[in-house]
This record gives sequence, C-alpha cells and structure tokens, in this order.
Amino acid sequence: MSITKTKSYTLGLRCRECLKEYPIQPHHVCEDCFGPLEAVYDYAAIKKVLTREKILSRKHTMWRYQELLPLDQDPTVGLEVGYTPFYRSRRLAQTLGLKELYIKNDAVNFPTLSFKDRVVAVALSKAKEFGMNIVACASTGNLANSLAANAAQAGLESYIFIPADLEQGKVLGTLVFGSHVIGIRGNYDEVNRLCSEIADKYGWAFVNINIRPFYGEGSKTYTYEILEQLGWRAPQHVVVPMAGGSLITKVKKAIKEFYDLGLTEDASTKMHGAQAEGCGPIVHAVIAGNDLFKPEKPNTIAKSLAIGNPADGYYAIKAIKESGGWAATATDEEIVEAMKLLATTEGIFTETAGGVTLAALKKLIQSGHIPPDESVVLSITGNGLKTQEALVGKVGVPELIDAKLSEFDRIYKKP
Amino acid sequence: MSVIVRVPTPLRKLTNGQGEIPVNAKNIAELIENLEKNYPGMKARLCDDSGNVRKFINIFINEEDIRFKQNMQTTVKEGDDVSIVPAIAGGKRL
Ligand SMILES: Cc1ncc(COP(=O)(O)O)c(C=O)c1O
Ligand SMILES: [Zn+2]
Repeated sequence: MSITKTKSYTLGLRCRECLKEYPIQPHHVCEDCFGPLEAVYDYAAIKKVLTREKILSRKHTMWRYQELLPLDQDPTVGLEVGYTPFYRSRRLAQTLGLKELYIKNDAVNFPTLSFKDRVVAVALSKAKEFGMNIVACASTGNLANSLAANAAQAGLESYIFIPADLEQGKVLGTLVFGSHVIGIRGNYDEVNRLCSEIADKYGWAFVNINIRPFYGEGSKTYTYEILEQLGWRAPQHVVVPMAGGSLITKVKKAIKEFYDLGLTEDASTKMHGAQAEGCGPIVHAVIAGNDLFKPEKPNTIAKSLAIGNPADGYYAIKAIKESGGWAATATDEEIVEAMKLLATTEGIFTETAGGVTLAALKKLIQSGHIPPDESVVLSITGNGLKTQEALVGKVGVPELIDAKLSEFDRIYKKP
Repeated sequence: MSVIVRVPTPLRKLTNGQGEIPVNAKNIAELIENLEKNYPGMKARLCDDSGNVRKFINIFINEEDIRFKQNMQTTVKEGDDVSIVPAIAGGKRL
C-alpha cells in the first residue's frame, strides 16, 4: 500500500443532533447541544470509485472498503483485520426451524478474536494521523484485548481501564501485550466516567471517548462483509448484541451506505437488538415503547455487554424501531444454554455475548418477530475461550480412567 | 435549600468560569429555573424546546442519576451535591 492516499473522502465532523459542523479533530461532543459528533463523507466522490469490482479486486481485510472509513491516509494499524467467515447454517437452522440462517463469525477475527479489532484498527490509525502517541480506552474486556494487541504491534504506549471483576481470560489477554492495565473497583459506567476525566486532563487518545467518531466507523465493516458475502444482498433480519449500542447503529449505517452507493439493491433489513436481562436498558426501552432508556445497574454473566448507561442507546433504540425490528433479553441460564447450542450444532465456541444473541434470536422466533421463512443473520462477535468461567460446571467433566483398555471397555459399555 | 451544583467545562462560560455554584431550590425543575435567573442562557443549554432535560445531558444528585429518581420532580435538600454531566463524555465529577 502507498504511504498517502491520493484522496481523502472524509469531509469533517458533524453533530448528529443540531448538525453543527466541526473540523477533523480528536473531539466527540458538540459544544452547543452535547450531542455526539459523526464523520461526514463525500459520498458522490466515493460512488465514482467504490464499485463491486474494485472491492473484489482488493485483499480480504476490512480495508477493502477503505473509502468508507474516516482516514486521511492509508491505514497504519490493524492491516490484517477483518474478512471473517460467513456461512449458511444447517444444523442450528434446523434446530430453530429457520429456512435461511447465516452466521457471521467475528469470534475468529484477527488478532484478538472479537469485532473490536475493527474499531481499534481505525481508531489507532487515526490517532497516529493526529500524532497522538499514548492510546487508551475504557473497556468491558474485548476492546481492552484489541487495543492492547494492536497498540503493541504499532509500538504505541497504552493505558487500559477495566472493571476489576472481568473474566480472567480478558484480563490476562490484555496484560500479555505489555499495556498499563488499571482495574477499577466499580462497573463499566464508573470506569467510563473516570476515563472522560482522564481524557480531559491528560489529552490521550481514548479510542471510545475523544476518538469515538472515528472508532465507531470501523464496525461498519462487519456489515459490509455480510452484504458482500451474501452476494451483494441485504438479509431480511439481523440480530445484534448491544452494549454501548454502537455496533447496531453502524449496522444500520452500513446497510444504508451500500444501498445509496448502488452496491446492494435493498436496504429493508430489520435490526433486532440483544442484551442480557440483568443489563438491558436498550431492550427494555424498545419493549416499553420509549424513545429514551433508563440507565441500569448491571448484573449479568455477559460482562462484555454490561453497560448500564449506553452512549449510543438513544440511537440504537431509534435504529431498531425505524427498521421494524424488535429486541429481546436473555437470563444467565439462557445465555449458557445458547452458548452450548451454538457449540453443539455449529462447532462455534462463542463468548457470553454470543449466547445473549442466540438466546434473543430464539425468543424473537417464538414471539413471531422473525418469521421462519425469512433470511436471518446471527451476529457472533466474540470468542468463548475468553469467558470460560461462564461454563465451569455447566458442560460436565471428562471421565477419568487409567491407561488400560479394560478400563475404557468398562466405561464404554455403560455410557 | 442551598445545594452545590457542579457545572461541566463547556457551560462555565456562563458562570464566569466557576465550576461549583450554590443554588437555592427544592427540586430539579426549580433548580434549573434559578440557575437561569443567575446565569442567563443556562436553561437553553440544559433543556430542549419542550423544557425537558436534553437527551445528552445527565443530572446526578449525590452520584445518583435523576432518571433513577423522579426526574425533574426529584427533590433536593440542604447539602446535596448536584452534577450536570454531558452524557457522551460520561464524566460526572467534571
Ligand atoms: C463481544 C461483543 N459483542 C458486542 C458488543 C457490543 O458493542 P457496542 O458497545 O458497540 O454495542 C461488545 C462490546 O463490548 C462485545 O464485546
Ligand atoms: Zn449539536
């Protein structure tokens, strides 16, 4: 790849609420109304260059859609991220009674096994464009892993703030990359509040705070890939796990962008949101018919989704409603059941967030929000090896024998 | 009742740079009216056209979001700590 792109397609930042415009800078809140800032693109220019043929001619990474990402230069971090498996499910589809079910599997995203590698790739490439050398985040775990790994590869110093009670796999999988890891006695919402103060005071590149308008855009590539891998088609339904609510709003944005650019012919996908029952402010608002959510105090094994005061909650509710989709929560038992169901029918070991998503899909089928003969994409966004605690004692233990054939004969005969 | 209100950086232009200001009020609605009296322009920054607190502003009383209490009707008492916080910034001790 060349050092500098001939052209940048990002025009600036704009407030989503009052539409006030801002230059491209590490800044995420509107000074007038406190609304979130968003990247604005020159779609007319993009339409001229980004064709199906152009995309197909490029490497199998998230950067094959790079005109739709808010960088002014070619990416410098996370060059191998994305283009994860997408395939039609047979056994899970049968079990659920669905005619056309697809799985998009970011549990095997590179390098840290979750969709967060996509947002981090954009955020760190952007932080480098800004000349910021210390990168940081507030995280429920997956973002921590991804920021730590990608910062290590990029040679950036990183500070990572997490709730102190995260799963061991997530903590270890952050420390190993040599980051400064700070565990906070408190939940994610408290971690996030502290981080905004630190971002203000120290001026670091907090990827999900002051770099947020750029960071969030990276997750659009999850959906671009779905659309491309489905044969330049939009599915009728997609079920998406929600924490801060960013991913689901970017699913909506990606579907609309591809449609507007003429890359797909349809944009009527219904978006369905999934959260844990013990932390479901967005789902609870959708079900109650409210436009605004009420913050909740998280209590769930789905720690990666345990955000009680979601930054994009308002827009997530709006995206779900406007698309004609719906929402469902999962209890801890339902999450574990669903993790086991995905494993035993599809051979995919997903984390608790994936359990939430599949459990929600089951409920949406039962309630009639997802009809059995329509096309559905199940979003698997994280890997089960990171949340093993959730399954301890829930999947049995190996049978123990001596290394003797007679011993095996004995247990085999009475299975 | 006199309570201390913590004002986030972007609103301090209206308070002559002060980050903590005492205000007399018995509930949040009255607190906003009295802020407006002392610091004209404040209400328009905090509330939308229909008079509700803006979507992207959170108000905390003693560390508790007023949406967990009675919103605008939440009562305040002598010595309470009220913080106005931009929602996206997420910070409440600004
Ligand atoms: C595995 C996984 N899936 C989904 C999400 C939800 O992302 P968002 O905060 O964009 O709603 C997260 C967030 O941490 C996550 O870790
Ligand atoms: Zn604005």
